[in-house]
Amino acid sequence: MGRDAGKLSLTLLMTPFLLWIGLLIILPQIGIGYVSLREKVSYDEFHYGLKNYVDFISEPVYRNTLFRTAWMSIVVTALALVVGFPVAYYIAKIARQKSRAALFLMCLIPLWVSDLVRAYGWIVLLRETGVVSRTLVALGIIGQPVEMLYNDATVVMGLVYTVVLFMIVPLTSTLQGMDDALLEAGYNLGGSRLTVFRRIIVPYAMPGIVSGCIITFMLTAGSYLTPVLLGGKNSSWFTEQIYNQFITRYNWEAGATFGVTLLVFTSFVVWLGLKLTGQSLATTVAKD
Amino acid sequence: MASTLRALLAASALALTIGSAEAETLRLLTWGGYAPEELIKKFEAENPDIDVEVTLSNNEEMIAKLRATGGTGYDLAQPSHDRIFAAQKEYRIYKPLDLSKIDTDAMTPNLLEGVKANTTIDGEVYAVPHQWGTSGVMANMKETSGVTGFGDLCDPKYKGRTSMRLRRTILLGTAFSMGMNPFELYADKAAYQDMLDKVTKKLIDCKPIVKTYWTGGDDLSALMLSGEVVVAETWDSTAYKIYNENPDIVFVPPKTGALAWIDTFAIPRGGEADDAAYKWINFVLKPENVKIMSASTGAIAAVPNGIDLLPEDKQKAVKAAFTQADLDNLKFFANIPPGLEDMEGIALERIKAASSE
Repeated sequence: MGRDAGKLSLTLLMTPFLLWIGLLIILPQIGIGYVSLREKVSYDEFHYGLKNYVDFISEPVYRNTLFRTAWMSIVVTALALVVGFPVAYYIAKIARQKSRAALFLMCLIPLWVSDLVRAYGWIVLLRETGVVSRTLVALGIIGQPVEMLYNDATVVMGLVYTVVLFMIVPLTSTLQGMDDALLEAGYNLGGSRLTVFRRIIVPYAMPGIVSGCIITFMLTAGSYLTPVLLGGKNSSWFTEQIYNQFITRYNWEAGATFGVTLLVFTSFVVWLGLKLTGQSLATTVAKD
Repeated sequence: MASTLRALLAASALALTIGSAEAETLRLLTWGGYAPEELIKKFEAENPDIDVEVTLSNNEEMIAKLRATGGTGYDLAQPSHDRIFAAQKEYRIYKPLDLSKIDTDAMTPNLLEGVKANTTIDGEVYAVPHQWGTSGVMANMKETSGVTGFGDLCDPKYKGRTSMRLRRTILLGTAFSMGMNPFELYADKAAYQDMLDKVTKKLIDCKPIVKTYWTGGDDLSALMLSGEVVVAETWDSTAYKIYNENPDIVFVPPKTGALAWIDTFAIPRGGEADDAAYKWINFVLKPENVKIMSASTGAIAAVPNGIDLLPEDKQKAVKAAFTQADLDNLKFFANIPPGLEDMEGIALERIKAASSE
């Protein structure tokens, strides 16, 4: 009786999750995978095969955009880690108990505003006739208004700003679990600051670092608004090409192919990252 | 207390069901500005049993939406005349129009014939014209001189101060400015690809001159009005709106011919309110309503005296921009044969992905 009730409550608890995963994640992915294998012959006439994937590989524009997107996402992830780690360490270890919540909240505030509004905020600040450029001219620091939009540096900055929180949250929660005695022991045994950081803090924070990096990398590679709005004429981002295929060119087959490719490729990059750093999901993210 | 609440809820639920049973809903899928609030109110006052619901979109999204739903979800759509034939053949998203229910006498005969010729499949007509306008360039007269067409967007004189929209219009416009006629090459894919390759090269070389590619009317207005950009590809209606705020910025119909589009009325295959749709078509073509519509869209209605029915300031802008010779030289977009958009799409992506500076 008791076991049945337990089973029932487990089933009930799992149902929303399973429905969500099944109906909104797995089913659409299967649909996308199916469409990507379809080749259009003429009106309403289709063959099945791998031609879409061959087309993708043989067209350098698409390949390069995918590599570019992945490379820039790695840069963004690395920068987010560099920026996010000190913040997380400060919140978790240095700040007093009382101010922690307030600091955390301050990190969250940018998320209360939609992505689109934040991107436009950057545009208002950085455009040639924008706030920053005008102020610099008025202060006499530069002689001519300067255009700060429409380049890769701006895109990377905008993306780091958008995703850094997703780095800070897992890092903070991991670091909070670290016993200060570990650090003291390290110093007592004659470790320098660098040694303590390298041998104690980083290994301890590894689960946070790994999960933070995976989240930020995936979010960046899949982002659409920020690169398109801030990047201007030189911002080829892979998601934009997926949009173009589906909406501008009515080519669902190619769009689906690109979608599958992005998923597979980013998963591969994550796997490669784990391999190269000698980590595995089992020992980091899923660690008790 | 609780029972009162319940009674109230039940009553309002009932009222809702009755309300929706009586009123018919006309779901419009159209462009920004094409369904001004004033006209909707007037239409609903004349037809108390019809509610108008508006979804704003553009050519590509209209087709994508209707394709995704198999032509349901909307009762009247307004794609451009060159985007109907292939979409209908391929996705069957529209239903034939019953021309006897449309007041076709109110429309400019040559525009009506043009749209009919472009959208007739198996003897059935799928669209009638609503508004037309052109794509060309606009220039800030204070900062430029001698701008005559799409070619000036790549003039090194204006380095970093020009803008264009990276869509098929700029490919066609650039081709015309290089002395080619893309519409004549539509039937010959190899020749068209050859033309596209030349245009692609030209536009990649042009990239350092271009400040950025604009994506919408608001974006473009901000670039022009702030003075960051002095020459840009534009829709004439956007240029007229800007002219109102800064009379130095005028629309320049390209010497090689302004590219003309006609936005149409087409009824989606799964439309559920055809009668209301026909009523709306006839309603907005009445002279007194055309005036309100044109004030909102900035485009010229497909009625015989369309230009005279523009608001006064826009009439001035049109007359400042077009001479009769320009009007005679309009190049109406021809139907896009299937497959061409794919070729154009890859050309556009090559341009976007090419690095500059």
